[in-house]
Formats: sequence, C-alpha cells, structure tokens
Amino acid sequence: MLNHKTVEKNSILMVILVLIVVSIGGIIEIAPLFYLESTIEKVKGMRPYSPLELAGRDIYIREGCYNCHSQMVRPLRDEAERYGHYSLAAESMYDHPFQWGSKRTGPDLARVGGRYSDEWHTTHMKNPRDVVPESIMPGYPFLATTALEIPDIKGNLIANQMVGVPYTDEMVEKAAADLKTQVDPDADDVDGLLERYPKAQVRDFDGNPELLSEMDALIAYLQMMGTLVEFTSYDADANKR
Amino acid sequence: MNLFWIALTIIAALLGILLSARAADPGMMIHGMLFSIAAVISAFALISRHYRLAQAPSLGNGGGGIDYNIDIVKAGVIASSFWGVVGFLVGLVIALQLAFPVLNFDLPWTNFGRLRPLHTSAVIFAFGGNILIMTSFHVVQRTCRARLAGDLAPWFVFWGYQLFIVLAATGYVLGITQSKEYAEPEWYVDIWLTIVWVVYLLVFLATLWKRQEKHIYVANWFFLAFIVTVAMLHIVNNLSVPVSLTGVKSYSLFAGVQSALTQWWYGHNAVGFFLTAGFLGIMYYFIPKRVNRPVYSYRLSIIHFWSLIFLYIWAGPHHLHYTALPDWAQTLGMTFSIMLWMPSWGGMINGLMTLSGAWDKLRTDPVVRFLVASVAFYGMSTFEGPLMSIKAVNALSHYTDWTIGHVHSGALGWVAYISFGALYFLVPVLWKRKSLYSDALVNLHFWVSTVGILLYITAMWVSGILQGLMWRAYDSFGFLEYSFSETVEAMHPFYIIRAIGGLLFVLGSLIMVYNLWRTARGDIREKEAGSLVPNAEFAGAR
Repeated sequence: MLNHKTVEKNSILMVILVLIVVSIGGIIEIAPLFYLESTIEKVKGMRPYSPLELAGRDIYIREGCYNCHSQMVRPLRDEAERYGHYSLAAESMYDHPFQWGSKRTGPDLARVGGRYSDEWHTTHMKNPRDVVPESIMPGYPFLATTALEIPDIKGNLIANQMVGVPYTDEMVEKAAADLKTQVDPDADDVDGLLERYPKAQVRDFDGNPELLSEMDALIAYLQMMGTLVEFTSYDADANKR
Repeated sequence: MNLFWIALTIIAALLGILLSARAADPGMMIHGMLFSIAAVISAFALISRHYRLAQAPSLGNGGGGIDYNIDIVKAGVIASSFWGVVGFLVGLVIALQLAFPVLNFDLPWTNFGRLRPLHTSAVIFAFGGNILIMTSFHVVQRTCRARLAGDLAPWFVFWGYQLFIVLAATGYVLGITQSKEYAEPEWYVDIWLTIVWVVYLLVFLATLWKRQEKHIYVANWFFLAFIVTVAMLHIVNNLSVPVSLTGVKSYSLFAGVQSALTQWWYGHNAVGFFLTAGFLGIMYYFIPKRVNRPVYSYRLSIIHFWSLIFLYIWAGPHHLHYTALPDWAQTLGMTFSIMLWMPSWGGMINGLMTLSGAWDKLRTDPVVRFLVASVAFYGMSTFEGPLMSIKAVNALSHYTDWTIGHVHSGALGWVAYISFGALYFLVPVLWKRKSLYSDALVNLHFWVSTVGILLYITAMWVSGILQGLMWRAYDSFGFLEYSFSETVEAMHPFYIIRAIGGLLFVLGSLIMVYNLWRTARGDIREKEAGSLVPNAEFAGAR
C-alpha cells in the first residue's frame, strides 16, 4: 500500500495524485453531457440568432444584465404561472456561453419576448422607474443614442460557426445586410431574412428610424427571447431525462 | 540573462503598441496601451536593477541563517491590503446602488451590471489572490527552510498578477466581459493569467525541491492543490474562440447546458480551491504558529486534505438545481455537496482543536480571536452550504439574497478573517518589529467588522427567505399573491441594513490598514506599551 509518507516527500507524486483526484468528478459529471443524446431535447423552431439579435445579446452581456436577471424558468408551479413554460435545454443550445444567471434581483427573462411593447422597453430602458416605480434597475439611456457599431459582424458569425452554431455560409455572407434589414420593414431582402431566420421580428424597435442604435439590437434580442420553440408540438414525455 | 529579459520586455512593449494601433475596438486599444506601459516600466526596472547589482554585488546574509525572500512577501502584504480596501469599497457602492438606484448615474461605466464583477473580482482575485500568493510564498519558505526559488520569477508572478487585475478591472468598467461569473475576463487576459499562473506553480514547486525538511508540510499540500486545480479549472472553463486577434470579443467553446455545468464546475471550485483549499493552507500554518501548538491531528489532516479535494469537484451542479441540466447530474451534485459537509468540519475541528491547551489566548491575543472566529465562520458556512444544496431547500433559496448572504458569511467571515489574522501576524515578522502598533485597534477592528458581518448576513437571510416565500405565495383564489415588483419593494429595508453592515466592514479594514502602517513604521501605541502581545519571531531572532 502506498504510504502517505512517500507522497509527503515527493512533490511531483503529490501533484500527479492531486490532478487524478480532482479530475474524476468533472469527468464523470460533465463529459456525458457531450455525448448523451438525451441531454438536449428534440424540439422544433430553434435557430441561430439573427445578426441583430446576436448584437443585442452581446450588449446584454456587455452591460452585465446576467448579474440580476436569470433566463431559466424552473419547473415549479409559481414560476410556470409567473413566467410561462419551464425552460428547455434546447432553448439555450446556441448560447455561447449560457445566460441562465444565478440571481433574480429582477425577474426572469427567458420568456420576456412579446410580453411588453417595444415602446415599453424603450421607456423602461431609459428610466425603469417611469414604468415600474419600485424598480431598482439602472437606467440605460445611452443605448438609444449610441449607434450600433460592430467592427465585423461577419467575424462574430464565423466565430460562432467555429464553436458549433449552424450558421450557413449564406448567413455569414449576408450578415452585415441582415443587420440593417431587420430594423427596416421596407428593405429589399426582408423575405430572405425571414427565410434564414424564421420568426425574426422586422421593425424599428426603438422608435427612432433615423438611427440603428444599440437599443434596437437589445430590444430585438429581448423580443425574440423564449418565442422560438413550438410548444404545441413539444412532447415532454419523450424528452424525460 | 538579464539582457534577455530586458529585450523581452521591450518586445512586449512593442507588441502592446502594435496591438493598440491595429485594435478592432476601443477596448483592445486601451488594453494594448496598458500592456505596453507595464512592459516599459518593467524594462526600466530591470535596467536599473542591472546597474544596481553590477555596482553592489550580493553581500549574502552574513550569519548562518537562511536568506529568506522577505521583500516579495512585504509587497504582497501591501498589495493585498490595498486591494482589500478597494474591493470592500466597491462592494459598499454596489450595495448602496441596490438600495438607491439613482447611484447608478445612468452611465455605462458606473452601472451595477459592470461594477458587480468589479467587486467580486477585486475581493476574490485581487484581495484573496494576493493574500494567497503572499502567504504561500511566506509559508513555503519557512516550512521548507529554503529561500524562495528564482530571482526574477517571483517578481514576475507578483507584478504579472497585478497587471492581470488591472486589465480585468478596467475591462469590466469598459464592458469587456465573458459573462461567466468569477471568470469574466476575456480571452487575452485569460492567456496572460495562465502564463503568470504557470510561473507561480514553478516557483512554488522549485522551492519545495530546495527544502531542507524531509516532509512537505501540510499547509503546502493545500497550496499545491489550490495552484494546480485552479490552473485546470481556469483553462477548461475559459476555452473560447476570439472574433479577431485584435479585438476583445470571444465566444465560449461550450453552449447551453454544457456551458452551464462547466461554468459552475469552475465557479464552485473557485470557492473550493481558491477560497477554501488555499485559505486552509493559511489556517494550517498561521494558527499553529500564533498559538504555538502543533496541528491537532496529523491523521485528520491527511483525511481532510484528500477527501476535501476529491469531493469538492463534484459539487458544481447544485448551482443548477431545477434548471435544464439533466436530473441525474443535479442529484449527483446534491449528494456530493452534502457529503462535503464532513471533510469541511473535519478541517474545522483540526483548526479549532489546535488551540487545545492554549484557549486562554483567545482572551489575551486579539489576532487569535480573528483566526478562531474565521474557522468558526468556516464551520457555519460549510454547514449552510450543504443545507442549501438540498433540492427542496434550493427551490426556495436559489435566485434570492440567501445565496448572497451565504457567500458573504464565507467570504467575510472565513476568507477575510483568516487573511486579517495572517496580515496582523506577518507585518511585525516581516518588518522585524517587537509587536503590533496596537492590540486595542485589532480588537476594535474585530468587533466593528463582526457586527458588520452579522448585520449583512442576517439581513440577507431575511430578505432571501422573504422574497423566496413571496414569489411562491398564493391568495385564497389560487392566484399568485405578489407581483415581482412588490417583492423588490419589500427588499428595500434589508438592502439598507446590508449596506450599513458593509460600511462597518470597510471601516474595520481601514482601522487595520492604519494599524499595519504604524506597525511597519515601528511605532508602539504608548498606552499599550506594557501589554502588547510580543512577536515571537522577533524574540527568537535574538
């Protein structure tokens, strides 16, 4: 039997043993998530983010919204009534990284899409207390006045492609155009955009058609959240894990 | 050799300028600049060092003793005291923002979403990290009876780590984040930290190889496990693909479920290895030293060590109860979290029982009071943790302030208190003073901050449980009783109490900094001149 005195006298042996001991848990818990097919439910409707939604999501991350808002409705009665159907793993399958959050200083946002009007969101974002007097959320008025500047939206899609999001080459090619098309219902290629990103909402989101602002992107993201999966055709029993 | 390092810093400076000039976004422009400035300063420091050493060759230490590298530990004491105060202050600011949202000022750089990572990173990585590096460098030298390995390498670890902190902190304020809690810095900062961390491991190992003792002391096992495991966690959790090599943005390699569990495997073990294993190393050296008693049980140390590091790794999924993570993983995480209670309390018993025969010091030595209270808080929060990891409890506690209260009973009570104890112990030793400037101020610090912690965690218990219950309350018609905004409104008084608790904790840390500063200067508070607890190592040096 290995005597502990041997380990205490040999630093390299100790490092190796530590590495073995601390690897076991992670290997057994995490690795199966990558190959067990039941990990992610089979659903209809999931698609990669449109360029504008992706830009909005990047702003959501940049401003640290995840610090106070979860995107994970738990299968508990009160949460189903407050927020809607419990969240599926499939709904965040294109989220690099996940935005499930750990704290609800504000409400869950997994199903916020379509719940409020664009105007409500714009007002709320500029000064939350104008629409929710009890709110303790910071105001983000600067989003409405800041033009959406992305050095290379194509690059963002390509990076997502590299980590496994099924963006097609056509989506990558048209990324820059799609970004602008989504805020302009009169644009030429609205049909093409909707074909690439079914259920994408095309309109000016922040009430200021003059400027493609960060607010446009963020609201586009919020308004699509939780709206993609078709729950009418979802079979919960077939996806028990 | 010196010339090689000087050349390397100059190349690094040019690289920084190049990166800055070709940056795809303003974030990288600023960070390229910062990197370049840091490299230029290091080049100057290296050049002036080169000439200084050329003029005055090393004198050796004269006596027969070991020439410990004290300067690096002193630098660590200063850095951790500084970052501690900064981190606590930012915590106070964001606590006030939650009570009074007007304090967000509606600006990008000052909103809660950007400042909260600044607070968590400042206290965990800037304060805690500097404490760990500093104490591990002190402990490994003393327990191996060997000078710290490397000449420039320890200084690279120290300054490289400070640069990591500055890049991370400025990044948060500028909105550069991966959005993974406690792993927010972007890909290039992660690469830099990896380099620093590998050198840290090498310095630590090489010092162990130089040891004059046959056995590696138990504190060093914990430090070693902390360094190695944090490297593993950091590298795996931060795997990502940058959009451009001259831009800050990257996308994490994993998505959804896999991303969530990898992150909380990392996140929980940032607690387990950074804030627990590393600080247990501090406990295993500083408590026996300060009370002048051997560690209670050698056998318990062995069991404590291996069971703690084995079990901790499994506990991550308890952060994801009732989420879309498959149930088998949640159950596994819960089971191991409950088992984790045992090694945690084994460690607590080993720490507390070390005082056997020296319990009177709790009355006479306020530094021992900090050390013992920290182990008591450790016991309390490692009981609360397994409790909260039970799914039925977690259904109530998750997403609420209860979690925040739990974290702070561990972070303020355990991590910060054991750190304060180590700092109070080290300053007289390193600056070669007979005693601290004042024991009464240590005592004052203890009580001010203890009241602060108690206000903090009780406020969070009440607000967390209250909010959890309000969310699930039904009226007599079967409808939800409260809207979300009503539950937010109910939190207000507790957020004020919490901020007051935080204020007391900040005040306590300022008292400590003042006391340490006067001690380093060699002052003695006259009123206490006859009664101060003497620095044992000062007398020993005679």
